[in-house]
Amino acid sequence: MVKRLLLALLLALPLLSCTDQRSHSQAVYMLIDTSGTYAQEVGKAQKIINYLLGTLQSGDSLAVARVRTRSFSEKDIIAKVTFDNRPSQANAQKRAFRDQIDVFVKSVGGSAYTDITGGLIQGGMFLKETGSGRKTILIFSDMQEELDKVTIRDFPIDLKDIRVVALNVVKLKTDNVDPRRYMGRLEAWQKRVEKAGASEWIIINDIEHLDRMLQS
Amino acid sequence: MSNQFWMIWPDNVMASALILFVIAMPFLYAARKLVHDLLRSAGHMVGGPLRLGARWLFATAHDMKERNKAVLLAHGREETGQHIEREFERISAMVTRDLEGYPALQRKLLEEITRVEEDYKKCGEVPPPPPEWVEAITAIARIKSDGNEMVQRLLEEIKRSVEGIHAKTLGEYRRAYESRHKILNGFMPFWRSLDKTFGQVDKKLTGLQDTSSKIDAQMEKYEQISKKTDRVEHQLTVSAFTQFAISALVLLIAFGGAVVNFKLIALPFSEMVGAGDYLTATLRMSDVAALVIIFLEATMGLFVMECLRITHLFPLISNMSEQMRRRMLWTALVFLVVFATIEAGLALMRDMLAADKQALIQSLATTQQALPPDPLLRMIPTTAQMVLGFFLPFALAFVAVPLESFIYSLRTVGGSVVVMLVRVAGFLLRVLGNVVRYLCKVLIALYDVTIVLPLLIERVVKASRSGDEESRESRPMKKAA
Repeated sequence: MVKRLLLALLLALPLLSCTDQRSHSQAVYMLIDTSGTYAQEVGKAQKIINYLLGTLQSGDSLAVARVRTRSFSEKDIIAKVTFDNRPSQANAQKRAFRDQIDVFVKSVGGSAYTDITGGLIQGGMFLKETGSGRKTILIFSDMQEELDKVTIRDFPIDLKDIRVVALNVVKLKTDNVDPRRYMGRLEAWQKRVEKAGASEWIIINDIEHLDRMLQS
Repeated sequence: MSNQFWMIWPDNVMASALILFVIAMPFLYAARKLVHDLLRSAGHMVGGPLRLGARWLFATAHDMKERNKAVLLAHGREETGQHIEREFERISAMVTRDLEGYPALQRKLLEEITRVEEDYKKCGEVPPPPPEWVEAITAIARIKSDGNEMVQRLLEEIKRSVEGIHAKTLGEYRRAYESRHKILNGFMPFWRSLDKTFGQVDKKLTGLQDTSSKIDAQMEKYEQISKKTDRVEHQLTVSAFTQFAISALVLLIAFGGAVVNFKLIALPFSEMVGAGDYLTATLRMSDVAALVIIFLEATMGLFVMECLRITHLFPLISNMSEQMRRRMLWTALVFLVVFATIEAGLALMRDMLAADKQALIQSLATTQQALPPDPLLRMIPTTAQMVLGFFLPFALAFVAVPLESFIYSLRTVGGSVVVMLVRVAGFLLRVLGNVVRYLCKVLIALYDVTIVLPLLIERVVKASRSGDEESRESRPMKKAA
């Protein structure tokens, strides 16, 4: 009887080891535009980060980076974390992350130029390293890229299987004069992102819609 | 234009079709027998297997019904046998218990009756008769005094002493009656005791009679099962359906309990086995671990019920020796208690984790720190969760009882449903087979309708030929005449 039971357990062991090896976690890389007057919007960005901290689960990754004159650098990553498998540890990590963001929000200063492409390249590389199943880049910006004369960004970028979401894309004064500029800017970004292999391009101006997007 | 190639009369579909039909008619007439044969063969080819299939399905349904009946009756026989056995055990226990005390009861009754008899005899004792000298006095009383003072005084003296004796005797007589009344009064408790004892005997005998009437009913049922009557089959089937419905309902309620149990322990399990590991695309390892614990608890509960001989799902357990069975019962109980304790701990952990997450979300949502909740308010749900976590495994243990009923009744209900489905399939096949057969007949008739003109000509020709033959046959007869 006991022998039979042991044999059954031994046979069941391989079944138990057949776990799903695919990654079910998600990784989010958030770019915060700190250039010019848009730096004033950082309070909204903080709310989004807090929302992300409340939504993301154990095993998920989150990184927040700023968009400055040149953003293709690890130094621009303000905080990054992969949440522990244990929920209690993950909660502690979330608290620490929130504290880091609080410090950043208090000390943020505006930059002269806006290098969104550099931030996207950096974000794409970070997300690939995490090996997560669902990868998302959130761009909290007006999507108006301005580069200095030295910075080169007019080359194809790789954002394969990454979902790119533009958040809080506010209208500039010039957009109010000619709305086609706003539409054209967004269209140009969509083309560029899709050409880079992104799985999706989404624009969310109402933060409440972010919930549905993250759950999908 | 390409689809008009068949039109003999361009741009006139009707005329073209008519001409083609007229041309085709002789060929259709010529091929009549062949087409009839072809349609008949096609009908047989399709309809035959369908009818054969239908017949096979009906035969299978009949076999299955017979098998179901055999299983149902066997199960019913076993159940009724167990019932009778239990009733006999009850009677045996009752008889043992009551007859054990019967000698004492009888002795008590006899003693009481003897005592009552003795007392009765005492009551019957009359006071001693008046002394014989009363007659002598009576004789003296008859003496005539005739005014003799001596005699007068003597008689007065005698009267005085007689009155004294009379008063004394009357007093004794009254005392004797008083004592007899007292004895009779002393009867009362004995009568009451006798009445009570007889009442007990009556009650026990009535209980015995009730149980024996139950046994009679069960025996009758058993006999009917042995005779395999349709009535008992119907009864057993209805009973199985009722059992199925009731046990399914109870299992559903138990499932609700299991879900609550799962909710209690799933989150804390993610703290132990990690929340990021997945068994399938949607099934987390922590959820699976929690489910395994719940299933183990249910299994232990099942073993407890088996060891207590409440359920009979595992013959191996019921056939175990008493000592082994008791050991297994204690082992299963210990496991159950351990699991219940673990669950209570996990429930506490869940509450702590939920509170921590709630605090985090609150701190993320608001800038100012929220006030800590009232400790009493926090304590009530925590305690409730712990108590639930401890007692739910024991409650789940009772799932074994409806589970057994569900499994046994499922055989009957499932068998009946399968038989019905097979019969429906057989009926459909038979209908389909008939449809095909009659469709071929309709097609044959339709074919003949299309070539009605050549058929009419054929009939006319045949009629004229038969007329010629008749005239030819009648001519020689005339010659002969």
